[in-house]
Amino acid sequence: MLLFTCPNCGPRNETEFHYGGQAHVAYPANPAELSDREWAEYLFYRENTRGLFAERWVHSAGCRKWFNMVRDTVSYDVKAVYRIGELRPETLERAAAATAPDQPQQLAPAQANPNNASEGV
Amino acid sequence: MSTEHLPEHPEFLWRNPDPKKSYDAVIVGGGGHGLATAYFLAKNHGMRNIAILEKGWLAGGNMARNTTIIRSNYLWDESAAMYEHSLKLWEILPEELEYDFLFSQRGVMNLAHTLGDVRESVRRVGANQLNGVDAEWLDPKQVKELCPILNINDNIRYPVMGATYQPRAGIAKHDHVAWAFARKCDEMGVDIIQNCEVTGFVKDGNKVTGVKTTRGTINTEKVGLCAAGYTSVLAEMAGFRIPIQSHPLQALVSELHEPVHPTVVMSNHVHVYVSQAHKGELVMGAGVDSYNGYGQRGSFHVIEEQMAAAVELFPIFARAHVLRTWGGVVDTTMDASPIVGATPVENMFVNCGWGTGGFKGTPAAGLTFAHTIATGSPHALNKPFGMERFETGALIDEHGAAAVAH
Repeated sequence: MLLFTCPNCGPRNETEFHYGGQAHVAYPANPAELSDREWAEYLFYRENTRGLFAERWVHSAGCRKWFNMVRDTVSYDVKAVYRIGELRPETLERAAAATAPDQPQQLAPAQANPNNASEGV
Repeated sequence: MSTEHLPEHPEFLWRNPDPKKSYDAVIVGGGGHGLATAYFLAKNHGMRNIAILEKGWLAGGNMARNTTIIRSNYLWDESAAMYEHSLKLWEILPEELEYDFLFSQRGVMNLAHTLGDVRESVRRVGANQLNGVDAEWLDPKQVKELCPILNINDNIRYPVMGATYQPRAGIAKHDHVAWAFARKCDEMGVDIIQNCEVTGFVKDGNKVTGVKTTRGTINTEKVGLCAAGYTSVLAEMAGFRIPIQSHPLQALVSELHEPVHPTVVMSNHVHVYVSQAHKGELVMGAGVDSYNGYGQRGSFHVIEEQMAAAVELFPIFARAHVLRTWGGVVDTTMDASPIVGATPVENMFVNCGWGTGGFKGTPAAGLTFAHTIATGSPHALNKPFGMERFETGALIDEHGAAAVAH
């Protein structure tokens, strides 16, 4: 079982949380003007990143609040936890960009790459 | 020990050739679907100058990790047609491939535990019968007759209120299925190239003309993606998006037991499905882990919950021991139906999104995807399963028949 650190309640078992998929998907600014393709993108297309992925979780059995997390989808290591409304931590963006591959590659374990160290809220 | 004392290696079922400079078609992914696709390309469409590229070893992904359940009792016409065609192919493939992969039509039961389950199940049985899919509704007494080790008492949290039953459904030996396809592919001249990972694509404008791999660049007229949970990674290399999410899906086996379980039992509501393999292990699976993951492993509580459900339904399992657990990476779509068709990149085709139920679809996926690749347009069976359905809204919602226990 994974251990997640809720921004409000601290470290808790994974079973207390529910998953919300990709974070930072904004509701369309002008929904009436969207094409079918754009609606499809909004409703059905989500990133399916192999590597560092920003995603939403809700602490259902605790404070019942939503928050964001950056997690490695290969090692399942949690790299950062931050509140709804906050931006994805910048250094992690850079780390993600540096490892975002043209070709698939195993991400280095967190210990081996100090840039990946947890520095979230 | 000296090697002199070792027996001769048995005959190899396929060659291990080096990749050629170019092929008429390249299939990415050497699992069940990739092998079946190459088989039907060669057999039905006369394409022999083709290669299957596999980044690991043959059929070592989800083909080695599934619980081998084969059934076709899906709700909607499009799915019933696709999966029933697949089941009919399963019935003739052992003879056609000249390989007895132990397809055992021992029936599959889908249990109902709530009034909602009962209504959904009875509706699905009716829909199945209208589509020529064998299906029956069983009351709890009939359930018990077919599977005496099932607990149908009222003293459990979710008593069994009945079940759908498909007598022609069953299980097969997954490794043997892969080997059977591989041998026939090889005989027809298909190059099966293992340890060859795709690292990119060569494109001329919007047209794919080659595949970059860890064993060099290979030119090709056409590319077919059969990479299940890794399809998004390949799609990104090729420059298009695909509406799937990759999740871990776990399964487990017990140690060997005397035959006790005569059929296959699945329960969406309490999240477990169980059969007994030919050798005697109890084979169990459950739902996916909730989070996206490429790790080929999941969280332990998922195993714990499926075991709790299994022991309540089958009290006889309480003393059985888990021998091993494992996970695969499954490619789920929003409507729990596969994607088989063209991509935004010219001459590149995709077969994915089979989610938790790809094994049963292996023959039909191969047949329809081969047709799509060879002719450039979909087979009647996979026409409704194109990616464009997410734009038109013509979704094929199979969450009822597929979601937890596919």
